[in-house]
Amino acid sequence: MPNMSLIKNEMPAQAPEIRNKNFLEVTLGYTREQAIDEAKRCLNCKNKPCIGGCPVQIHIPEFIEEVAEGNFEAAYEIITRSSSLPAVCGRVCPQESQCEQKCVRGIKGEAVAIGRLERFVADYHNGGSIAKAVKPASNGHKVAVIGSGPSGLACAGDLAKKGYEVTVFEALHLAGGVLVYGIPEFRLPKAIVQKEINTLKELGVEIATNVIVGKTLTIEELKNEYGFEAVFIGSGAGLPRFMNIPGENLKGVYSANEFLTRVNLMKAYNSDSTTPIQKGKKVTVVGGGNVAMDAARCAKRLGADVTIVYRRTEKELPARLEEIEHAKEEGINFLFLTNPLEIKGDENGWVSGIRCQEMVLSKPDESGRAKPIPLEDSDFDVETECVIMSIGTSPNPLIKSTTKGLETQRWGGIIADETTGLTSLPGVYAGGDAVTGAATVILAMGAGKAAAAAMDTYIKSKGE
Amino acid sequence: MNQIIKKQILNPTVTLMEIDAPMIAKKAEPGQFIILRVDENGERIPLTIADYNREKGTVTIIFQIVGASTEALNHLNTGDYIQDFAGPLGKATETEGLKKVAVVGGGVGCAIAYPVAKKLHEQGCEVHSIVGFRNKDLVILEEEFKNASSKLVLMTDDGSYGEKGLVTDALKALIEDGNQYDTVITIGPLIMMKFVCSLTKTYGVKTIASMNPIMIDGTGMCGGCRLSVGGKTKFACVDGPDFEGFEIDFDEAIARSSIYKPFELKAHETLCNLYKMEVK
Repeated sequence: MPNMSLIKNEMPAQAPEIRNKNFLEVTLGYTREQAIDEAKRCLNCKNKPCIGGCPVQIHIPEFIEEVAEGNFEAAYEIITRSSSLPAVCGRVCPQESQCEQKCVRGIKGEAVAIGRLERFVADYHNGGSIAKAVKPASNGHKVAVIGSGPSGLACAGDLAKKGYEVTVFEALHLAGGVLVYGIPEFRLPKAIVQKEINTLKELGVEIATNVIVGKTLTIEELKNEYGFEAVFIGSGAGLPRFMNIPGENLKGVYSANEFLTRVNLMKAYNSDSTTPIQKGKKVTVVGGGNVAMDAARCAKRLGADVTIVYRRTEKELPARLEEIEHAKEEGINFLFLTNPLEIKGDENGWVSGIRCQEMVLSKPDESGRAKPIPLEDSDFDVETECVIMSIGTSPNPLIKSTTKGLETQRWGGIIADETTGLTSLPGVYAGGDAVTGAATVILAMGAGKAAAAAMDTYIKSKGE
Repeated sequence: MNQIIKKQILNPTVTLMEIDAPMIAKKAEPGQFIILRVDENGERIPLTIADYNREKGTVTIIFQIVGASTEALNHLNTGDYIQDFAGPLGKATETEGLKKVAVVGGGVGCAIAYPVAKKLHEQGCEVHSIVGFRNKDLVILEEEFKNASSKLVLMTDDGSYGEKGLVTDALKALIEDGNQYDTVITIGPLIMMKFVCSLTKTYGVKTIASMNPIMIDGTGMCGGCRLSVGGKTKFACVDGPDFEGFEIDFDEAIARSSIYKPFELKAHETLCNLYKMEVK
């Protein structure tokens, strides 16, 4: 008997007034009963539009059916046929604009909580299972993956399952990429990322940390000296963007990347950490994406009064819906239709405020997006001690500058075939933010998986 | 994990370590740097490569004990391991085609200036090295500079060794003597590099300064190492660390370098107290 409730089961969470003072995970996940009850809301409809909304095409109704029956391990097996990182994706995917947007139940009422179910299944498996993933028999071919973020891990996982000897090269001292330096503990606990990485290691994936491809080694060396038959570049987003307004180099102005790296990777969230970080009483975050929400909520947890400044309206915020809701509940202030003009400093070079102007939205242009236009004589000052710029990144130049023949877009993104990820160099594939510019974890994973399939075909065809 | 092959105390606050790092040694060039983490909970600190030996597979670092991390690093000994050691990062100093160069180093910055002087010397370039220290006890690498330069001027602030005065005094005298340099390369405290640049600007001698701002990843991700060069924001880790000296906004760089001073002093003090307790 399907559950015909129009709303999805709430997921238990820490109360806003408690969680905005700690770095523990905000949401607590479904119980078995809640998961089974929610799974029964799926109608297992004929067309299964949800699958088309998933960048890695998880067999969603199939796994949900198993959940409804209480067969959680069977559900896990179905998910991992398509996704290497279910515990991560269940937490950070923008489901409302992907699988859940397509859900038939969403036409009248709320979609089935696919993301929460995915998370439940992954957590159930990770919590209970002692079985290790089994390393498949080697097919004798070596492949290299550059970067251990979502695209690299997805690519490595798929190739390892096919028997490839995979080495992942990571520039930082810890594997995980944006999952460990960017996304905060309260949204994606590090232990979960570590668990997913350990699973890949059990599959035989080697992870070489502290190796900066483009500096320590070049792609040419990976191919010619180390014998990797194909290479995947998943080096991620790169240099943080700034607005080029006066005062951006004052003391107290951070890029979101730096702020989040200090808090997450360098553990400044731990009160006994030696990582220096400025804990302003008043912090202003510029931008409206997931990264801006993450930075704002970290600053809040470090004790600040936090305001997000965004030049469009709430409706246009690119962040995940749940993050916006959580941020609001936690007491983050929003200044919409506001654009910074100048960051002001005190006599010692520390940030003292931001001069902003009000914006209005134009009529939507051909792309359907409304442009923010400055409103004349609307300048006003916001008092602040710290500014976190979260307005995107431009691709990392290291690989491009040391790889002859690797073609890039004018803005620096690596040019790669949309379906295979093949770059201008034979045997070299790319995906994720290094290709698209800043996007989502799941899109990066999708690109990593697509490239893995293409690399497999490429290597097999060479052998024939 | 990378092993410390050799440790040598150069003076009370400056230590040299030779580290086993074959992959980095193979690629290292003068002007580049590495990033290390002393232990599992350590911060990432950038240190410029002071020397390298491709055959032996080692990289030499010379560091001044200024904060908690360098203090912890200094507590390691020959045979110990450094948790993380990554590089080489940054662009190498451009030395090609240079015929006559003045290399101006200050304090521990001399450790970075030395491999540049050495490479230029090996290329047949005429190298005039001017190295400055606060006093005699802090002098490092004197022999090495002698071997890598056709002229070496050693300055101390208090005149306790070499000549009394600042590196800019010596540089000015050499230029006034009619030495025409293709380039002046300067590495040392920001304030010293600032004054070197303002001096050479009056003579119109091209000057390159090696910047060492605060950074975390060192690979072009965090943006912490940004500085204004010619009115544009540049990132020392991928665009530098060498920049055209006349273009650098030194005052801004000096301000930014002090962001964590109070924090570092406190962390250093806490760690020293811990070591003291251990000794007891």
